[in-house]
Amino acid sequence: MNWQVILPLLLFLVIVFIVGVWAARHVKSSDSFLQEYFLGGRSLGGFVLAMTLVSTYGSASSFLSGPGAAYNQGLGWVLLSMSQVVTGYFVLMILGKKFAIITRKYNAVTIVDFLKDRYQSKWVVLISAISIIIFLFSAMSAQWIGGGRLIQSLTGLPYITALFIFTASVLIYVIIGGFRAVAITDTIQGSVMFIGTLILLVGVIIAGGGIPAIISDLAAENPNLITPFGANADLTPQYVSSFWVLVGVGVVALPQIAVRAMSYKNSKSLHRGIVISTVVVGFIMLNMHLIGVFARPILPGIEVGDTVMPLISMEVLPPWLAGIVLAAPMAAIMSTVNALLILVSSTVVKDVYINYINPKVSESGIRRLSMGVTTVLGIIVVLMSLHPPDLIIWLNLFSMGGLEAAFIWPIIGGLYWRKGNKYGAMSSSIVGIVFYIIFETYYPQPFGMHSVVSSILLALIAYVSVSLITQKQNSSFN
Amino acid sequence: MKKEDTDKNDYRFKIANREALIGVGLVIFNFIWWFGFAYGLGGQDPSNYSYTFGLPNWFFYSCVVGFIVMVVLVIIAVKYFFVDVPFDDDEENEDK
Repeated sequence: MNWQVILPLLLFLVIVFIVGVWAARHVKSSDSFLQEYFLGGRSLGGFVLAMTLVSTYGSASSFLSGPGAAYNQGLGWVLLSMSQVVTGYFVLMILGKKFAIITRKYNAVTIVDFLKDRYQSKWVVLISAISIIIFLFSAMSAQWIGGGRLIQSLTGLPYITALFIFTASVLIYVIIGGFRAVAITDTIQGSVMFIGTLILLVGVIIAGGGIPAIISDLAAENPNLITPFGANADLTPQYVSSFWVLVGVGVVALPQIAVRAMSYKNSKSLHRGIVISTVVVGFIMLNMHLIGVFARPILPGIEVGDTVMPLISMEVLPPWLAGIVLAAPMAAIMSTVNALLILVSSTVVKDVYINYINPKVSESGIRRLSMGVTTVLGIIVVLMSLHPPDLIIWLNLFSMGGLEAAFIWPIIGGLYWRKGNKYGAMSSSIVGIVFYIIFETYYPQPFGMHSVVSSILLALIAYVSVSLITQKQNSSFN
Repeated sequence: MKKEDTDKNDYRFKIANREALIGVGLVIFNFIWWFGFAYGLGGQDPSNYSYTFGLPNWFFYSCVVGFIVMVVLVIIAVKYFFVDVPFDDDEENEDK
């Protein structure tokens, strides 16, 4: 084992753990357990807000497979990834103040809470709670497997041991510390990603003999690597542009992201959050994917894309520094996993149990239940990560686009279009998910674009037309 | 319902709606900049590319300069067009 690499990683895990314990003290002293545990008491400042958004979003896929894809595709993939700069400002500007004011009015703690009050419908609640639980649960398992694999490849420990180290370090602070612990550790993890990618980019540029040398090496190997069209010239403008929906504006509808848009303290934290998250997300995405491209002339012939980041770090940096930098993908995975865990747990406790099973549960009952559910969910995920069932892998493929197609119009329409009603919301979610799965399975890339675009358009048509058709019923109800 | 009436008259929502529109405007501008430079300058044969700081011009202007321009625009938008509003309903008694 390479202790010079492992020690900084361990140190990082210990720091994160201490923060979790520290944040837990807030949970104990707060008067509303639900607001505190699942939303950090709506008290996030601008910096923490920005960091928790960015690091929730920057997951294992963007941190390991992103640079891997850039390694294989060249600058065209960096271009594609830059569509994510949008998320930095768009999410907070669109949901923005309206969401903050309305969710406070409704006393909503989760996205489903918001939908429930806005549409006043049991079916909207059930459909959204079920899609959150199914899709995010699978997404979580995938991240969990990634975390285990990363520890395994860095330390040489067996997969099962690595998985348990990862689990213990995530679960403990999420269970006891809740949303606040998650947000604060996200901040540390986001900073690690920011600094880590910068150090590594500089290291890679030096190792490659400067940017002009790297670019001419790339062009000599395959001129397509320095065009916007990818290594095989098959990345069409329509396809690349459609990622503006999948990983750009559509992100507004991911529940784990949207819930963060109700957690900040005041307008000032929102304003600071917008600026900081734009800078941080753009910086991390640009650096990270450039690292992937620039790694190619230095370490040619890497077969598994996910290993580009670890391999290039160990190649160009001194071991102790590589340890610190490799805490970055670790941080990315952990921060996504814990955000998902707390969200699924809040859906089960708040949206399903308190709404429909036992509305009269006491404050201390909620407390025990929340921590209990978080623990049980964590354990189930671990068990599934030991031998991932095919269904989980299949569902995970649909997770991001499926959630976007399901939630984008009920959330946006719910905020900005008064005529949108529960029938519109329900049909929009169903149409979005069903068509997304159909397109992805049988007819990928309609019109040369990622299938999320067509599904979201169909969901919009469903939302608007059904809402308008059922308008009469609704106005008599008013 | 009562809720909708208060929604309509709340001065804060006018501000919120305007800020959401600014967000949409920024996205459209960002997309045009990104797309225009990437495929406008990058569409030709790679042997004709010009370079800035070692990077092909299309990439430099679309991704590097584009990012910086967006950061500046976001700062300007937030600083000069976004308004501080209270989030709590303390001053409104009609709620609940």
